Amino acid sequence: MLRLKFKVVDARGRSCPEPVLMTKNAIKDNSNVQVLVDSNVAKENVTRFAINSGYKVEVKEEKDSYILTLTK
Amino acid sequence: MKKNKGIIFTGLVIGLISVLLVKFGNPANMGFCIACFIRDTAGALGLHRAEAVQYVRPEIIGIVIGAFLMSIAGKEFKVRGGSAPLTRFVLGFFVMIGALMFLGCPLRMILRLAGGDLNAIFGILGFAGGIFVGVLFLNKGFSLRRTYELPKLEGIIMPSVTVVLFILLVAFPSLLLFSEKGPGASHAPIYFSLIDGLIVGVLAQKNKLCCAGGIRDVIMFKDFHLISGFLAIFIAALVGNLLLGQFKLGFVDQPIAHTDGLWNFLGMGLVGFASVLLGGCPLRQLILSAEGNIDSAITVLGLVFGAAFAHNFNLASSAQGPTLNGKVAVVIGFIVVFLIGYFNIEKSTEVEIKEGVEIEI
Repeated sequence: MLRLKFKVVDARGRSCPEPVLMTKNAIKDNSNVQVLVDSNVAKENVTRFAINSGYKVEVKEEKDSYILTLTK
Repeated sequence: MKKNKGIIFTGLVIGLISVLLVKFGNPANMGFCIACFIRDTAGALGLHRAEAVQYVRPEIIGIVIGAFLMSIAGKEFKVRGGSAPLTRFVLGFFVMIGALMFLGCPLRMILRLAGGDLNAIFGILGFAGGIFVGVLFLNKGFSLRRTYELPKLEGIIMPSVTVVLFILLVAFPSLLLFSEKGPGASHAPIYFSLIDGLIVGVLAQKNKLCCAGGIRDVIMFKDFHLISGFLAIFIAALVGNLLLGQFKLGFVDQPIAHTDGLWNFLGMGLVGFASVLLGGCPLRQLILSAEGNIDSAITVLGLVFGAAFAHNFNLASSAQGPTLNGKVAVVIGFIVVFLIGYFNIEKSTEVEIKEGVEIEI
């Protein structure tokens, strides 16, 4: 197990393109970020953006939301 | 490229279907037009009395039902709302005012260009300009705040309403108003329109096609995913129109269009600006309203209200050009949308971000 410092972004309930914009602001300083979203479209958009920005993305589904873990 | 396949396919299908709908009876360069079709439907219900534009468009019904079924199949149907609904209603209202100044939603704008109508170029420039202004607000922290979960029944209402409309259309047409001449009288056979709507609803829901989102994502994130669908619509419709002899290049005498470049620009500018604040073009709002997004359903009602208002108060343009009332309404629209943008800038955009949380991975 590895313990890393993360920024946590809660983008649940936010409509397009806010989750991506919030992610964009959070990764400006190259930090590791965890993004919470609750729709498939937000999951897809944030994932696409993160991969295009050179991040690795891990998706975990939990009840009504997705937890996206973004690491460099 | 591979990840854009679905959206490009969707765009190509929409472009081809649009050309076929015109071939089978829809008005020229209007295989699909979400704004026009909502306006026609409002007319059929007597919400306005513009006799040339009254018909319950089965394409709209098909899109909603197709998107509804697809969202259930893909487990994306989720009932939520509460993100500034009345503000969205007003934005929807002014999207329609802008669209009826230009005479088309963003989808018809691209179809008009694909039919050789060069007036659409002013529309596209205005649309992109409006989106650019909207993006400035988003970058400053504009937000209509988050949605919350709502009872399931809320989400069933919108698809149910369209089913009722369809029953009225096929079983009780005497209750509705139908144009005898004008664009409202030109339409493909009911079931052909319905099936085409269903196909577009299914594909656009699955692939999240959005005309405003395409240009927005290029400006904001240099992401060409959504715009590839928008371009695919253009290419397919262009090729289809050329093959079927429906292509006519020029500015004058274009079908259901006028040549006032400035107001074509400003009309679509208002559509682009308001659509970006809403998070999607009229087609996208219609799709979202079908998958349980109540805020988008309210936006669609704003479009309906705007359409009725536009024809009752002589705001909509015609082939002769824009009206004075319409110009005043578009200017008021810019002021209102600007105020909505300004007063919804969240002061602390960091509010939803927690720093330095330790997580085990």
